[in-house]
Amino acid sequence: MSETIGIWVAAIFTIGIYSFLYKENPLYRLSEHLVVGISTGFGIAVTFTQVLKPKLIEPIVTGEHGAWLLLIPAILGLLYITRFFSGVAWLSRYPMAFLMGAGMGIGFPLSMKASVLRQLEASLVPLYEAGMPWDVVVGNIVMVLGTLAALIYFFFSKPHKGPFFGTGSKIGIWVIMVGFGATFGFTVMGRISLLIGRIQFLLGDWLHILK
Amino acid sequence: MKRTVPLAIVMVGGILFMIQYFIPHQYSQTLFNYYTEWAPIVGAFALVLGVGSLTRLHSHKIKRKAKNWQYSYAVLIPLFGIPFFALIMPQNLGGGMMESMGGDRLTQGVFDFAYMNIQVPIQATMFSLLAFYIASAAFRAFRAKSALATVLLFSAIIVMLGQVPIGELLGKWFPKVGLWILRYPNLGAKRAIGLGVGFGVLATQLKIIFGVERNWLGGAGE
Repeated sequence: MSETIGIWVAAIFTIGIYSFLYKENPLYRLSEHLVVGISTGFGIAVTFTQVLKPKLIEPIVTGEHGAWLLLIPAILGLLYITRFFSGVAWLSRYPMAFLMGAGMGIGFPLSMKASVLRQLEASLVPLYEAGMPWDVVVGNIVMVLGTLAALIYFFFSKPHKGPFFGTGSKIGIWVIMVGFGATFGFTVMGRISLLIGRIQFLLGDWLHILK
Repeated sequence: MKRTVPLAIVMVGGILFMIQYFIPHQYSQTLFNYYTEWAPIVGAFALVLGVGSLTRLHSHKIKRKAKNWQYSYAVLIPLFGIPFFALIMPQNLGGGMMESMGGDRLTQGVFDFAYMNIQVPIQATMFSLLAFYIASAAFRAFRAKSALATVLLFSAIIVMLGQVPIGELLGKWFPKVGLWILRYPNLGAKRAIGLGVGFGVLATQLKIIFGVERNWLGGAGE
């Protein structure tokens, strides 16, 4: 019984969202508003049980050694609320500054490592090795030269003229277009598989037409 | 006090923690541990801001009977109802948070019921709705008007056909070529874009640390 109610509720809201394909309507608007309310409510419950309760409230209540230090982030966090009072709203900058400063400092070497060094390292592949299949050889050449060419295309400090910058940027845009096409195709397939999942739910779990 | 101190906190914190990565001394490690312990607590309070703004917006809508004000109840009721059921209502009365999402749906309580039967299907359907819009976008974008547009068109078609059984029926090479495009030229383009984004992130981080970028201060008094 409970399972059936759940399936019916899910089916009604699924149809509610799809009804937007025809035009905006009350059921769509209701679904749209509900998802905002539920996801934020879910966020509150999860934040409380996963963060505030185990990391702040419980250590203070049980009198854990050094727990009084946790009052510092608690007070800092409470300063966010001053944002609602125009006279003292500037105090909300303090918790933001705490998170931003340390976050940026910690993030800088990590970003350098993950977004730059690791990417460069991964691009430095042997173009040819004995016994390497031909499609991998061609692929490696395309990948390495493609990365360089696409980087040249995004380098706007020099005019895209001449044999290096001119030709490089021209090859770069071709590589980028292949990449965009592949990404687009991949995204379409991802969305289609989600659509298939929802149709399967409606026709299978709900209407029992599909077995 | 209003601008200079927060900017100084950012600069000192940023430089300190940047150095901490390269000098993992016991003291700097202790400082880092404090930060990782405190940051989620400070961040959790930011939720109060979001919930407060959302509540204010929708309660004003209801008070003023603005257009579509009735739907504001659909935001406010679960916004407070879900945490109430999850945290305050006892489990034997349909409240509480279950650790597992499996099992009988209704006996999991209102919190899990709303999550599994409203939140998850609506979100999945919204994402799948994009399939229709992406199809109509494809209709406009996939016109072989130029050589570059033709490359984009063929690349997308091969990747799409490479992932479905009909592609393999049309030609055994479709899945292989589709995968090759994804692995090599696509990776080359993605990596170049990723490197550009990476350098942008690094520049922005430095700009924030050194106070060049100050938008995060917002407009809360000068």
